[in-house]
Parts: sequence; C-alpha cells; structure tokens
Amino acid sequence: MTDLPQEPTPLVADERARSRLAMAWDSDVAYSFRRSPVALISTIVVLILVLSAILAPVIAPYDPFNPASLNLMNGFSKPMEPNAFTGDVFWLGTDDQGRDVFSTILYGMRVSLFVGFAAVGFAMTLGVTLGLIAGYVGGWVETIIMRVADVQLTFPAILVAMLIFGIAKGVTPVEYRDQMAIWVLILAIGLSDWVQFARVVRGATLVEKNKEYVQAARMIGRSSGAIMMRHILPNVLSPVLVIATISLALAIIAEATLSFLGVGAPPTQPSLGTLIRIGQGFLFSGEWWILFFPAVTLLALALSVNLLGDWLRDALNPRLR
Amino acid sequence: MKKTMLLLATSALVVTPLLASAETLRWARAGDSLTLDPHAQNEGPTHALAHQIYEPLILRDMFGQFQPALATEWAPKADDPNVWVFKLREGVTYHDGAAFTAEDVVFSFERAKSETSAMKELLTSITEIRAVDDFTVEFVTDGPNPILPNNFTNLFIMDKDWTEANGVTKVQDIANGETTFAATNANGTGAYTLTSREPDVRTVITMNENYWGKDEFPMAVTEVIYTPIQNAATRVAALLSGEVDFIQDVPVQDLGRVAEADGLEVRTAPQNRVIFFGMNSGADDIDSDNVDGANPLSDVRVRKAMNMAINRDAIQQVVMRGQSAPAGMIAPPFVNGWTAEMDGMSSTDIDAAKALMEEAGYGDGFSITLDCPNDRYINDEAICQAAVGMFGQIGITVNLDAKPKAQHFPLIQNGETNFYMLGWGVPTYDSEYIFNFLVHTRGGDRGSWNNTGFTNADVDTKIVSLASETDLAARNSTIADIWSVVQEEQLYLPVHHQVLNWGAKSNVVYPNVSPEDDPKFKYFEMN
Repeated sequence: MTDLPQEPTPLVADERARSRLAMAWDSDVAYSFRRSPVALISTIVVLILVLSAILAPVIAPYDPFNPASLNLMNGFSKPMEPNAFTGDVFWLGTDDQGRDVFSTILYGMRVSLFVGFAAVGFAMTLGVTLGLIAGYVGGWVETIIMRVADVQLTFPAILVAMLIFGIAKGVTPVEYRDQMAIWVLILAIGLSDWVQFARVVRGATLVEKNKEYVQAARMIGRSSGAIMMRHILPNVLSPVLVIATISLALAIIAEATLSFLGVGAPPTQPSLGTLIRIGQGFLFSGEWWILFFPAVTLLALALSVNLLGDWLRDALNPRLR
Repeated sequence: MKKTMLLLATSALVVTPLLASAETLRWARAGDSLTLDPHAQNEGPTHALAHQIYEPLILRDMFGQFQPALATEWAPKADDPNVWVFKLREGVTYHDGAAFTAEDVVFSFERAKSETSAMKELLTSITEIRAVDDFTVEFVTDGPNPILPNNFTNLFIMDKDWTEANGVTKVQDIANGETTFAATNANGTGAYTLTSREPDVRTVITMNENYWGKDEFPMAVTEVIYTPIQNAATRVAALLSGEVDFIQDVPVQDLGRVAEADGLEVRTAPQNRVIFFGMNSGADDIDSDNVDGANPLSDVRVRKAMNMAINRDAIQQVVMRGQSAPAGMIAPPFVNGWTAEMDGMSSTDIDAAKALMEEAGYGDGFSITLDCPNDRYINDEAICQAAVGMFGQIGITVNLDAKPKAQHFPLIQNGETNFYMLGWGVPTYDSEYIFNFLVHTRGGDRGSWNNTGFTNADVDTKIVSLASETDLAARNSTIADIWSVVQEEQLYLPVHHQVLNWGAKSNVVYPNVSPEDDPKFKYFEMN
C-alpha cells in the first residue's frame, strides 16, 4: 500500500482548470468580446459602478440612510463649494435635507442594482420555469400559462408594477412599509417582466423536445422533471441570458420610474429614481446638481448594461457570425 | 391650405371680441377643496372655494376686515346682552333663483350646529336661533358673548328648500368617507356659480349675473378655472409658461425666478397660520410605536425633549429659505392671546433633550410613525423629513408616512394617528377658537381636532367660560392661564408661522394677500 505512488490529482485538476480558462479565452464569444470596444468599455463602466455600489460603506464619506447623522444646515450646498452656514465641502453638493449627493448616489445605486438584479432573477426563475413547463407539458397547462402571459403583455409593464405596488401598500402596516418597499418593488418589477422569459423558453423548448437526445432520455426512463432541468434547460439558456441582460437595464429603469413617481423606494432610503424625483423639484431654482448627478449615473448604468446586452445578443447569434 | 387659413382668420375675427369681454382667471394651488358641503370641513382651501359660491353673514375682506355680506347690520339687543340681532340683506337670490330669507339663516346655523358638522365648535354658545321676521334673525347665547360675530365669517348660508329637496339636511360625514349631493353640487348666493366640478382635477365657476353686489365690487373676473397642482415644480412651470394666471403657493425655492420673470409678480405676507406636530399623550399604549405596554408620548419629559430636538432655525433657513417665522406656541401673532415671550420660548438643545429622554427611561430611544400631509402646507413633507433627522438625533426613529390631505385629515379626526403634522389658522383672531378645537377634551360639540387625548376638567371649564366673559381683562387673563397649561404640558410641538407667497401675472390685480390665504375673486381686477 505504502509503495504506491501518490496520485497527482492536484496537478490534473489545475491543468483541467487552466485548459477550461484557455477554452473560454479561445471561444467565439470571448474573441468577439476582445474585438468589441463597445463591449469592453460597457463592461468597465458596469464593473466600476457595481463595485462602487458594493463598496459604498467604505467609499462614501457619509451615511445618507441614517437620518440622525444629517445636518439640515448643510442643505443645498453647491458642488465643491463650502456651505454658507457650516463651511463643509461636498464633492457633488447636497440635497434639500443636507444629504451628500455623492454618498447618496452610491447608496442609491445599491438600491437600484439590488432591485434590478433581484427582480430579473425573480422574473427569470418564474419565466423559465413556466416556459419550460408550458413547452414540455403542452395541452391545457400550456394554454393557461400562455394566455395569462398574453393578457399580461397587453398591459404596459409599469402599469402592472404600479398595480402590484398599490395593493401591497394597502395591505402592509405603516410601520413596515419602508422596509417592505424594496421587496415590493422587486415583486412588482419581477411579476411584470416574466412573460418575455416564458415566451422565449417555451418556443425553444418546443423545438428541443422533439430532438433525438430528448427522445433518448425519455426512452431510458428519465422523469419529465429531470429531462426539463438536465437536458432541455442547458440548451435553451443562451437566449435567456440575452433577455436577462437587457431586462436588467429595463428593471433598473423601471425601478427609477416607479421611485420617480413616488411609489418606489421611500424618501429616507433613496434610490436613483427617488433622488431624481427630489432634484426635479429644484430645477427651476438653480440647484441643478441634485438632479444632474443621479441622472447621469442612471444613464451610464442603464446604457452600458443595455449595450452589453446588445453585444451579447449578436455574439450568441450564430447567423450573425 | 388657403381655405383653411381663411377659415381660421374668420373664426379668429368672430371669436376675438367674445374673448375680450370674458375675463377668465386660471387659478392653481397645491390642493383641492375637500368638499362643496360648506359645513362638512373646517379647512382653508375648502373655505376658499366655498367663499366664491356661498356667502356668510359677515365676511372678512382681503385685508382681514369685517364687511357686511348677507347681513347688513348687527348689534347686541338693547335690553338683553345675551341676544345678538342681525339685519339681513334684502333682494338676494340663490343661484337657482330662490329668494334668501331669515328662514335659511336659521336652517343653516342649525345645520352647522348638528352632530356631523365640522363648524359646531364655533357655535357652542348659541342656545337658540330665531327668525323675528323675514329679514331679522336673533341669536340667543348662554351668556353675553361679545365676540360672537367673529365666529360667523366662514359660516355659509344654504337655501333651506334646496337642501331639503336634495336630501342633504344632514351634514356630509367626511371623516367616515360619506359623499352626498351637497358635496359635489352647490347653490349659494355668492358672486360665482358652480359650472363644473371634478374633484382634484378641475373646477369651473362662472360669474353670477344676478349677484347683489355686482356694482359694489370690481367683479372683473367672469370665469375662474381652478386646477390643483400638487407638484411644486409643475405648479411654478404652469405659471411661468402662462398656463395658469394665479398660484397661491409659489414654492419658496422659486420665489426669485418668478419675481424676475417678465409679466409675473410675487406678493408676500405673513399668514394667520401656525404649523406644528401633535402627539397622542392621553393613551396608555399606542400601536404605532415599538414600545409595548406603554406610551412614550404620555411622558411630558419625552414631549419636552422632542420639542428641544426640533431645530426651527434650520427649518426656517434651509427648508423654508427664510419664508417662515419660527414658533414657540400654536397661535399666530394675529391672535388675541399670543405673546412674544411664549412664541420665542423654544430653543434647540440636543444634550438637554437626550438627558430628558434618559430620565424618562427612553435613553435608548424608541420608534414611532409620523403622519404627514404632502399637499396641504408649504413644504409640509420636507419639514417632516427634516424633523425625522432631528428626532433621530435624540434616539427616536421616526417612520414617515406622507400622503395627500384627503387621507391625512380623517386620521386626526378619527383618532387614528398618534403623531401627526397639523396647521391651524384662526379666522376669529382669538385664542378661544384654538382652545375649542385643539385643547378642550374631545367629545360633544368641542375638541373635534384635539387628537392629543389631553383632558383637564379645570382647563375645560375655563375654555367654556371664555364665550360669556364680558370683562375683557378677566377674559385675557383666563386665556393666558390656559396657554400656560398648554405650554407647560407641551401639548403640541410648534414649528413655525407660515408666510404666504402669491404669484400672479402682472395684469391680475388684487387688493392684498389675505392673511387667511383665501382669495375672494369678486375683489380681483384684470388689466
């Protein structure tokens, strides 16, 4: 026993990993990524924004979500100029409550990104599941799911989101409303967004389920659930990925729209949309920075995610190669 | 193309002369009137619209001076100090053509005294109203009441037959969500008749051609289109773009811009209104806090600490941009009973406030919900938000729930809020009005807006005695006594006295920014 040479497992695993990385690096998608300046720049912008949002507690000089730390006298400070009463200097100025705009943008982006990712994740899970079931099972199950989807498609997503938000606000007790607001936003945006996923996945599933490998799996007696999850799902994922990226941009904008309309994130925990709503009230009086900086941030975020989605769609489409 | 142009030119020729004679004033403010039933809600914007359509016996003009309206003269009865005699105006008709008589006055006052009326606090001392003849009415009070006529300036007269025919003898119960015919229709004697009404959207009133005072007042505005615009930026944009002619609440941040704009003018005046926070101090336990089995607001030390936490100067300088006067008592300086000493009493002291909280056993603070309107007072929501931060500094976590006034006020009237913002104007210019509504124990015909749960039999007796005290010096000393209790108990947390900023096109000429914030369009001229 002791004479046996030790198995060189770590080395093999390492090599395998390296070769996987190399495979990924050499893949068509990665090649197209390296060759696309738009994709590169968008990725850098998204990375910077996401990282600064995640690291907000470290980067931000103030905590805008703690009302007790605010000094009202700092209100309406101009960017880079000392406040008339307190002498404090703020990079991007302060809003009407004396909140540092820079810190508030960082924290606001956390809210926006969290709501965006969570809402898309929710919509994707729901949509892909229902789409798979509809496509694979067929019959009356498919009819019910797809008719519900059709009905929902006839309503604008923002309207559906507002409806859900309104109902949720009505049933939650006042003292939990602020905490609930974020989850309600996720639910509202997610529920208004699942239809696209469901439709695409159903279509792809209808194509895949008659292919030989699925029939083979069925022949050897795998259960329907296993066939859907293990065999069909991996093969319908690439369009889902494209939709998810574009939906992320839409979800961030939907969140901003809802908050701008005053039905989203509470004023004490502002998201980018809430900040723009607050700033909009001071446009005429010359306090431009309250609206300008959050709006630019939202634009940069939504635009680069959208461009990434566009690039991904082209890169994953074999016909465009 | 040419034909169309010609057609347009001709139609313009036909239309122009018509437009010249009709002067339409487009009027906007943050909120709408809550109802057209003149006795259902004692609230500024509601009365402001009602004043165009309905009329009281006595009116305050735009300078706040008494003017005869439906009554021409009034005096205490020569041989009985408990009776006021009012001579009514003759030859007045309602918008539907019915004649105005003493019977309508008796009916309207009895309606305003009824259970669901919001105006009953003003009439508590009246025991009997009788019509002597068609144009003389006598008001019998439970003792001599020298200031009774002061209470009549917002008490509107309705036609008895119209009210009965439409089944609205009972006053609309707004707090419980009732709607009635009188809430959406109106038949008064006023200078304007109601043409159309869509609550919260658009109300149109047109000049009453048969108005009794048609020759007495300018009556230059023939039609008023009233549009509530809650969003401050939208409201000021509407004025700047010429979409509206007159807004009653120029946002404080836009004063400079509106004043500098060509053809627009801003006029500023102190308002007879104080803004404050109310607290439910009477309950043993409240459900909107995180303290079980106790009510932190019932401890006067907590209330004093909260009062010390409010930085009124910061609110004045930043939120109001100087357009307010910090307050230390809940009476505006216009009011008999106001003193500079009490009004200047509140000062910010976070350390002392924290010590008081500690002493009261709330050193670690507590959390509570603050109900706040967002379309009623100037920057109401921003003030509440600023206050959230200030209370946070002494450990009180405040959840802010801001909503339109139509949902906010019923919370106060039904006792469904424990911590709320309220503003109070005083049309009688006397402290008794404040005490009757805000200090007297809730119940019966007084205290309908006293949501503090405060009850003190001695104070109640003193408040009741004010109505029939004829010795002015003694009356004023009783008023001072009551104020000292209100201040000592820290029943309310005063914030500031409002300043009005009316913005209008330069061709809209009005005598004065009325201290009660109620433009009366019959006094307006259009140049």
